[in-house]
Amino acid sequence: MSVTTKHSSPDLILVGGRLATNGEVTTVVIRDGKIAALAGPESRQTAERTIDVSGCLISAGFVDLCCNLREPGNGQKGNIASESRAAAHGGFTTLCASPETSPVNDSGAVTNLILDVAAKRSSVRILPVGAITRGLEGELLSDMAGLSGAGCIALGNGSRPVSNARVLRRCMAYAQTFGLTVMFSPENQALAADGYAHDGLVASRLGLVGIPEVAETAAVMEMLLLAEETGVRLHLSQLSCARSVEMLMEGRRRGIAVTADVAMHQLLFTGNALSGFDSRFHVRPPLRSESDRQALLAGVREGVIDAITSQHQPHDSAAKQAPLAATEPGLSTIETTLSMGLVLVERGELSQQQLLKALTEGPASVIGRRAVIEPGAPADLCVFDPAAVWTPAASNLCSAGLHHPFPSKSLPGVVRLTLCDGVSAWSSESV
Amino acid sequence: MTAQDSSRTSLQLTEEGQLRHFLTLDGLDRALLTDILDTADSFIEVGERSIKKVPLLRGRTVVNLFFESSTRTRSTFELAAKRLSADVLNLDINTSATSKGESLSDTLLNLEAMASDMFVVRHSQSGAPHFIAESVTPGVAIINAGDGRHAHPTQAMLDMLTIRQHKGGFEGLKVAIVGDVLHSRVARSQIRALQELGAAEVRVIAPATLLPRDVEALGCTVQYDMARGMQDLDVVIMLRLQKERMEGALLPSEREFYRLYGLSQEKLALAHPECIVMHPGPINRGVEIESAVADGPQSVILDQVTNGIAIRMAVMSMAMGGQMAERNRQSAARKAP
Repeated sequence: MSVTTKHSSPDLILVGGRLATNGEVTTVVIRDGKIAALAGPESRQTAERTIDVSGCLISAGFVDLCCNLREPGNGQKGNIASESRAAAHGGFTTLCASPETSPVNDSGAVTNLILDVAAKRSSVRILPVGAITRGLEGELLSDMAGLSGAGCIALGNGSRPVSNARVLRRCMAYAQTFGLTVMFSPENQALAADGYAHDGLVASRLGLVGIPEVAETAAVMEMLLLAEETGVRLHLSQLSCARSVEMLMEGRRRGIAVTADVAMHQLLFTGNALSGFDSRFHVRPPLRSESDRQALLAGVREGVIDAITSQHQPHDSAAKQAPLAATEPGLSTIETTLSMGLVLVERGELSQQQLLKALTEGPASVIGRRAVIEPGAPADLCVFDPAAVWTPAASNLCSAGLHHPFPSKSLPGVVRLTLCDGVSAWSSESV
Repeated sequence: MTAQDSSRTSLQLTEEGQLRHFLTLDGLDRALLTDILDTADSFIEVGERSIKKVPLLRGRTVVNLFFESSTRTRSTFELAAKRLSADVLNLDINTSATSKGESLSDTLLNLEAMASDMFVVRHSQSGAPHFIAESVTPGVAIINAGDGRHAHPTQAMLDMLTIRQHKGGFEGLKVAIVGDVLHSRVARSQIRALQELGAAEVRVIAPATLLPRDVEALGCTVQYDMARGMQDLDVVIMLRLQKERMEGALLPSEREFYRLYGLSQEKLALAHPECIVMHPGPINRGVEIESAVADGPQSVILDQVTNGIAIRMAVMSMAMGGQMAERNRQSAARKAP
């Protein structure tokens, strides 16, 4: 990759790369943070800055519907600056920030704080998700219209359940009044109880406390029925079970306005990952069986599942240094999400088109946005070399959380350049 | 065997296949389990001498780290260590003070700094000894004295020793484990040991609320009806029922449990006439077992306790041997140019 500087009107021109959507070598001209023009390889346009990205694919920047930035309040685990830089390293340009911060994002004031910090320190676009219940406690409605006015793109309850069905019904009805999207991670609290692993063979053998599939499927069914009744736009976040995908399909057939996502690690790993008590793979919902993994992959291939998320959860090392049950759930994934996806492509479990759609257009449409490369669109781009390999290590990761799934393993897919509004958020030359 | 399984095996074995931690029976083969039983047999004789000591662990420091209370297991570990001539430190650690992983690690690192050679660990969370051996103090031999619902490998091995004494071996044996298998670390280790040692059948007898998911995949047969489950049994192992199980809506009442799954003389009469009765203790008389059975001629419950000391001596001496071999290998590797 070489950079040359000339004097001309566009701000930046990318030459030599192929568009991920059609595989054609295309010159991308960027002006004022937007894509000004797309041209063939013979284009002689010049700009102040021209970057040769030969050998790379140019995709719309990735959109993450579920990401934990830990700010405000959990600085020991990460902050907006560190995690947004990690996101840019992973090719993401838009992050939906979980309301699970401290304080919880349940008021316009907290939303404003997040957006202020993001404006100053974030490498990428941050779209806060507001708490749908006050304090995420699942009891009282939050000021949903106020949160939306302050900039929240959707409302949800983070990883916390709304266990009272009456409250859940009212959350949906109230959100529907203002045309807001609700995002829930379906889990029946009474059935999940104090579990922390898939209720299957590994849990039985190792004596881990299981979370049965029905803890998720019962909640999916309840939410679909309530969404059907209230007419709210429902997004089911972080599915883990085959049956959930079936119910989602059935819900769509019935005309329910429902979308869904799955975390990338659910597509790659199963509950077997816990068989050595490896606390990194303590995630919620838990990693389940191979047949669940296959059904989730099929859901992505068929477009029933709209989006793949990172479900990035950075932690300090102490959070994972304890007997399994005492550790905190979550993987640090945002920098390896693309590479994990490319592993699935290598294995033939997803096509590259399906993968990239689930990282761009799919999630963007859930929040009423677009993620496309066309003249006039924001220059949110991820330029990556799918053939290059890298080895994640503490020295090359930006996230404060080092508990990623592939220590010292060579992975496909190196992000060379991430642009957000035409500005470089990540460039491999800057490392 | 998956990658994780093999890493777990290597965690408790040296490169030469010697025991260096004793965390679980998973990954230990029949030869090694038999070696443990044979070594324990040789220590039974020590317990019958007037001076009950051998110098195998002289100068070594063993710390009994009990994060969960125990009387019998701790005292047999203490006696076993003392009979091996080790210096023994007993620590009962209030779990609430160490509910955070960081302070658990800190506690252990402090004890390691006092030049401890072996930790005997009991913990309420599955995998805690594994975590300690892998991440905290790999240079200290870790003996699992019971972790959560996961494993209680010394208990299972003392049960195997008891069965071998009474039955001569394991080939062709039909063994039932009755009661709260779901919450039982003892049952998990017993199932694994019986299978590795060649028992013909391991039956679990319990209501569905007290059985783990997919328990058949562990290699057991499942029987809900105790009368049917007692047919042709050579060994019946009763598990202790915790009072909390009624509160957790897993069982209606102790009375109903005893009626359906308690071991009475009538039910025992359905088994093979030579069937032995075992219980890891402490016994709830009249809840899982009738007093007349617990104290009867087919009961070998007190033999289990006696064998507990010999098994723990065997495991502690073998693991210390492996750990020392590992230390020597590492220091030799350091000295090599």
